[in-house]
Amino acid sequence: MTGKVITITSGKGGVGKTTATANLGAALADLGHKVVCIDADIGLRNLDVVLGLENRIVYDLVDIVEGRCRLRQAMIRDKRLPELFLIPAAQTRDKSAISPSDMVTLADDLRTEFDFILLDSPAGIERGFRNAIAPADIVLVLTNPEVSAVRDADRIIGLIEAEEKGPARLIINRIKPEMVRRGDMLGVDDILELLAVQLIGLVPDDENVLLSTNRGLPIVLDGKSKAGQAFRNIARRVMGEEVPFIHFDETGGFFSRITRLIRPGGN
Amino acid sequence: MPGMLDRLFGRDRKSAHLAKERLKLVLVHDRTDISPGVMELMKDDLIAAISRHIDIDASDVRIEMTDEGRVQRLIADIPLRPSRRRS
Repeated sequence: MTGKVITITSGKGGVGKTTATANLGAALADLGHKVVCIDADIGLRNLDVVLGLENRIVYDLVDIVEGRCRLRQAMIRDKRLPELFLIPAAQTRDKSAISPSDMVTLADDLRTEFDFILLDSPAGIERGFRNAIAPADIVLVLTNPEVSAVRDADRIIGLIEAEEKGPARLIINRIKPEMVRRGDMLGVDDILELLAVQLIGLVPDDENVLLSTNRGLPIVLDGKSKAGQAFRNIARRVMGEEVPFIHFDETGGFFSRITRLIRPGGN
Repeated sequence: MPGMLDRLFGRDRKSAHLAKERLKLVLVHDRTDISPGVMELMKDDLIAAISRHIDIDASDVRIEMTDEGRVQRLIADIPLRPSRRRS
């Protein structure tokens, strides 16, 4: 088995990387794949609480790299999704505790055992980001429909190309269809035109995401949530399926226009 | 009068449209790291270099950045003066 390494990154903080990683991991595991999620945000650990696994941490990523434990000892198995595992970040260290080559070595060890290795990147363009993209086969860039997040996504996409980790694929998170319809939020077409990148996911703003995070349950396990459905669709696209993009808009006006996956310039 | 005030503050245009236009400009400079000042210097150099060989209308020379996908392109528009030999 040779697993694929998928890094989720964004440049800007707070756009939903950790939530996306948790849900993508849960969705892939729910579809029958063996998945490990790695929290690469050393010093600002959060993937554990979003997945509801915070009480079971004994060892972490830095313990593995520094040889204080075996790989297996640091992996926490999710009891609800037996195919889902977490390697938590260290909380009392910083990004310099690990190097990009450490991440490559770790990922190569995991590839033999897992179908997917998901890496939750920290915000920023420094060491933590470099660590997170070093072993990546696929890089997913997350953004929100706001100027700061789109600008940072553009910067990150450029860096990913420069590192020859491209082409990056874009997830637009927290779309409010009603605001887009009023002309008060950047639309999907606008963002794709600006960033000239391939789209892999559209996630609507959904307050159920907060509720599920409060409970430590991935939203993909909630069959009725629109955001959950969006993450399940991304998981299927990651697996290579062609899944049409969700029309959040019940009246069929706005998202029904989204038919093309690839924009000019994306390759 | 609110219509006029709104226009003055750009409020009659939808905010998403403004966001897109502003981002377009910002991204061009982010991607190339070429400031408007450097663009002006390049324009002056270009005019000087070309003027040594042919007669151009320096006041109408335009140089701008465009993008095709994620590839940036520098476009120079240099109007020539009518040739004197023919007149």
